[in-house]
Parts: sequence; C-alpha cells; structure tokens
Amino acid sequence: MSPADTTTSVAAPVSASRAVEPPARHRGALARLVRAELALVLGRRRNLVLLVGLALVPLLLGVVLYLAQDTALAGQGPPFVSRVTGNGLFLVVASLFLCTPFLLPLTIGIASGDAIAGEASAGTLRYLLVVPVGRGRLLAVKALGALVFAAAAVLAIAVVGLVVGAALFGVGDLTLLSGSTVPLGDGVLRVAGVVAYVGLSMTGLVAVGLFFSTLTEVPVGAMAATVVVAVVSSVLDQLPQLAAIHPALLTHHWFDFAEMLRVVPSADVLAQGLAVQAGWVVVFGALAWARFTTADVTS
Amino acid sequence: MTATLRAAAPAVPQAGVVTDDAIRTHALTKRFRTGQVAVDGIDLVVPRGAVYGFLGPNGSGKTTTIRMLLGLVAPTSGRVELLGEPVPQRAAHVLPRVGALVEGPAFQPYLSGRANLARLDAVDASTDPRTARARAEAALERVGLTAAADKRYRQYSLGMKQRLGLAAALLRPRDLLVLDEPTNGLDPQGTREVRHLVRELADGGTTVLVSSHLLAEIEQVCTHVGIMGRGHLLLQGPRTELTARRAARIAVRTLADRADAAATELRRLALDDVTADRPVADGTVTVSAAVRDDAGPAPQDVTAALVRADVPVVGVDVRRPSLEDVFVELTGEGFDVAR
Ligand SMILES: Nc1ncnc2c1ncn2[C@@H]1O[C@H](COP(=O)(O)OP(=O)(O)OP(=O)(O)O)[C@@H](O)[C@H]1O
Ligand SMILES: [Mg+2]
Repeated sequence: MSPADTTTSVAAPVSASRAVEPPARHRGALARLVRAELALVLGRRRNLVLLVGLALVPLLLGVVLYLAQDTALAGQGPPFVSRVTGNGLFLVVASLFLCTPFLLPLTIGIASGDAIAGEASAGTLRYLLVVPVGRGRLLAVKALGALVFAAAAVLAIAVVGLVVGAALFGVGDLTLLSGSTVPLGDGVLRVAGVVAYVGLSMTGLVAVGLFFSTLTEVPVGAMAATVVVAVVSSVLDQLPQLAAIHPALLTHHWFDFAEMLRVVPSADVLAQGLAVQAGWVVVFGALAWARFTTADVTS
Repeated sequence: MTATLRAAAPAVPQAGVVTDDAIRTHALTKRFRTGQVAVDGIDLVVPRGAVYGFLGPNGSGKTTTIRMLLGLVAPTSGRVELLGEPVPQRAAHVLPRVGALVEGPAFQPYLSGRANLARLDAVDASTDPRTARARAEAALERVGLTAAADKRYRQYSLGMKQRLGLAAALLRPRDLLVLDEPTNGLDPQGTREVRHLVRELADGGTTVLVSSHLLAEIEQVCTHVGIMGRGHLLLQGPRTELTARRAARIAVRTLADRADAAATELRRLALDDVTADRPVADGTVTVSAAVRDDAGPAPQDVTAALVRADVPVVGVDVRRPSLEDVFVELTGEGFDVAR
C-alpha cells in the first residue's frame, strides 16, 4: 500500500460531495469496536456455558477430595491432586493440571475457531466489511476477543479453584515440589504465576484457531481442526522417535508451569515455553492475516 | 499507483464529460476458482441520481458483481469506481457513503434488532457514538420495525429480517444504496413500501442500484436498467429508451372462428407482425400486431375497421412493451437459470 492510500486528508471529489459528513475517524473508534466485540463474545450464552463448565472442574474436584479425605484413598492421585487437602491453593494448580490436556484446548478451540467462521456462516461478515471496517483491524479485534475468552477460561478455573479450595481446605504456607515451604504471600504469587503461564500457553492455540477460522465458513470445522491440532501435538510429544521436534511442539511446554513451584523457578525453562508460544502466534497470526486480507468473501 | 493518483486528483469536471457517475466498472471480470466465469467483462455505468434496475435471471452474476463493487470479492480483472473512487483501494474512504444489502439480510441471531444495529454502528469508525441510539431508532422507524426492535433476530419473520437489513443500509445518510433483492420475502404491502422508500431516497438525491430477478417489481421505480445474462451485461441505459426499442402492440380479442378474418383486416390496415394467440377457454382469441406511435391507424380506427369487416370485437388493448419483453427478445430465452 502506498502512503497516499492511508491518508485520510485527501478531499473527496468536489463534484461528488453532498450532505454526508466526511468519513473522518472518530476518537475512541477502536475502543468502541473492541467493546462491541467483547460484549458479543462474553455475552454469548454458549460461551458462558463453556466457562461455567470449566468452573465446575475445581468445584467437583474439591467436593470429591473433601468427601474422600478420611478414606483410604485420601492423598492418592495424580501430581498436585494429592496435595489439595493439605492446602486449598493446590486446588487451583490441580484443576489447571487436569484441564490443560483437553478441556481447556476444547474451550479455546471453540471460541477461536468461531471467531471469523462464525461471522461468515451467519453472513454477518460481509455486512461488517461493508460498514466498512478494515480486514486487518477486524482480524485483530477478533483475535483480541478470542484471547480475552481464553483468559476468562483460565481465570474461571483459577478463581473458582481458589474460592472452593480456601473454603474446603483452608490456605496456608505453600509446600513446594522439593518439600520446602514458602510463606502464604509468596505461595499466592507462585500460584498466580502458574495461572499466568497456563494462560499464555494457550495463545499459540488461539492463533491456530484463528487461522483455521479464516479458511472456512463452517465454524464447527475450524473448531474441530483446532482441537485436533492440540491433540495431535500431545500425541507426537509422546513419541521418542520425534524427540528432535518436541521442543517446538505447541503442547510440549504446557506443563512447565510446575517450574513456578520450584524453590528457584528457572527463567530459562519458562522463557523457552513462552518463546515457543510466541513463535506459533507469529506464524499462525501471519497466516491468518495473509489469508483473511485477501480472501473473497462469498458467504 | 495510477489509481491513487487518479483518486487524489479529482480534476475539475470538463464540460460535456460526465465524470462523476455513481458507479462505473471497466471490463469487470470474475472467474471463480471453480473455473466458472460469473461476471465477464462488464462496463456498468450508473449515473448519479439514477435508480438503476440491475436485472437478470438466477445465476447471471448480479450478486457477484455487487460483491465486487463493495470490495468483498476481488475482481479477476477490470476496475471498479464507486462515487468516483477506486475500489477496493479506497473502499475505507468511500464505503461509509454507501448502504448495502447483499444477498439477503444477515445479523447475529441471538441479538435483538436494535442491538444488531448498535453493533454495526459501533464497527463504523466514522460515526459519532453520541448519536448512535438516535440513528438506530430513526432507521428502525423508517422501515416500520420499531415495534419488533427488541425481539431477538432469530425470532424475526422473513420480512422483518429483510426490513432490518434495509434499516442497516439506512443507518446513516448515504450517497449510494446497493440493494440486492431487497423485496425478497416481503408481503405485497412490504414490497410496495420498499418501492416507495426507493423512490423517496432517489428524490432526496441518493443513487440506488437495485437488483432483482423479478422484472415487474423493478420496472415501476427505475430510471435506468441493466440486464445481465450469463455473466454479460446484455444491455443498459435509460429505461424509456430500452422499452422504446420495441414497438407497442395492439391486441384485439375476438371470437375464435373469426381470428383469420381479424388477422386479414389488420394486415389490410398495413400493420406489421400480425400474430394470433391460441384460443382460450371462453372461445375468444387474441390477435395482435405491432403499431408505431407516429404512423398508422389509431386504435379507434382499427376497431372501426374491424367492425366494418364483420369481426366481433370483444376487447382492444394497446400494450407497451415491458422490460420482460425486452429481456426475452434479448436473450431469446425464458427467465430461467441458464447454467
Ligand atoms: N463462490 C463461488 N464459487 C464458484 N461459483 C460461484 C460462487 N458464487 C457464485 N458462483 C457462480 O456464479 C454465477 C453467478 O452467481 P450470482 O450469485 O452472482 O448470481 P445472481 O445473478 O446473483 O443470481 P440470483 O438471482 O439467483 O441471486 C452462478 O452460476 C454461481 O453458481
Ligand atoms: Mg443474487
């Protein structure tokens, strides 16, 4: 695009101008667009049901552990789960641990796969574009909506986990993986770090979903493809023969959030996981942009 | 680059040269990836202030053309100019002045009509948020949808959906309206209202391009007509010129057994192209002939001559050619899907 294309100061043809005000950009226009998108994403009943579904995980897990804590099964189970009865803070970590392999990717796949394809299948995409809104801008706002929803999904688990954990088991000083203990304040910060890391770990998947969403007018197709990417990635991650590509896999670093619970969290490990997510975001974000800004809208 | 220069330099209109048509396309062509050439080198010219009826059978390329006009579909080749500006290069600049209804209305199903309009308004960076509510109310009022404004879109009837689509197109003052099948799904009352609306907007100076596959619907409002067939623009121009291409016909209804006598008498009066239809159930038959406005006998003279020739005249009618007649003459085919 040449610079002249982006100037808005070029006067309309003299002979053409009439009563219509010049299409000047109003201040706060982008904020208004973002608000409208967020209202759509967070106001949609299906999305709210998904959030409630995720929030049920810590609730049910907490209740089950609470009821079983005096039986022979107490203290058994996957990592983190066994620690919940000792400290309610661990209910947050355990719930995220259980949701990360499938429930969280599923939820995020639905929201991000729907972003563009949902508008296309409803036919509203053409009406948004002729309003007009720039395609790059619309894609960015859609990406933001999907990211906010991903954050809301992780926070739904975390907040309900914290509340239920504190109510049922109480909170106290946090025992780290090594067995040493840190004070409550430090523990809360570390759990917040876990939540943040899990949230950021989902950004690559959001980008993948957004890209698929630009390819089709069938939202379910984009959603399914996104979830399949997450599942296939974790399957490949299990094959030792593919060890060479493991570090670049979308899901490979997802469980590195445990680093936050070491005495001295390794910045290297955490940074590597985030760098891989950033790579996926850049690649699939660029693909989505290239596709969406050039595609014919025939829906 | 050329396009940018052209847009940036809206030269002083030269006398006698029409430089500001509302829509102008040059050899506009779209070949889809399927290989189908949906639009094939059309040069659309819609003068400012016109109500342009964009006609053609199903699948003739009307919607594809409209999508290219609005920058939704990239042309395979050719150029589009909307209100004097190249599209898609300057689409962001020109589209706020264009209201559009493309292939039926489409809105978020679980939002109300009012909320849907608010959403579209929020997407528009060039509107003033403070007047958003008033704009939406005015648009709803204009299409008679105020009473149903708070219903969810999914609960709307087909005609209500169509009205909301029109409301969205009228959300702000427009210089150009592009309406693809705007009367689809409307009851006769609604169809009349749309015609009325189009006329009103045109009187206010808005240029309107309205596509339809229903000829009669358009004929009453448009000043200009373009006829599409198999991706080609078969014909375009002022409506009166198009229908003047074909002579009016005088149609005489008489009794079936006197059809031959009627035809003979019409020929004797030096009328051309005499044809007799098939007899209908009530035992009458219609015999017709071309008449010219400037020459030949007047209808009352024809009637008198027929009566003198002992031909019982059940009815006489002079029929102006309709757009449909022109269309059929042009394409030599019925108004059916051609491919
Ligand atoms: N996305 C697409 N891919 C391939 N072919 C297409 C596509 N969209 C339309 N076509 C074809 O292009 C031709 C023109 O279609 P278009 O929708 O422009 O017709 P139309 O004149 O609007 O018809 P109608 O009166 O039914 O609305 C049709 O033959 C159609 O099958
Ligand atoms: Mg069509």
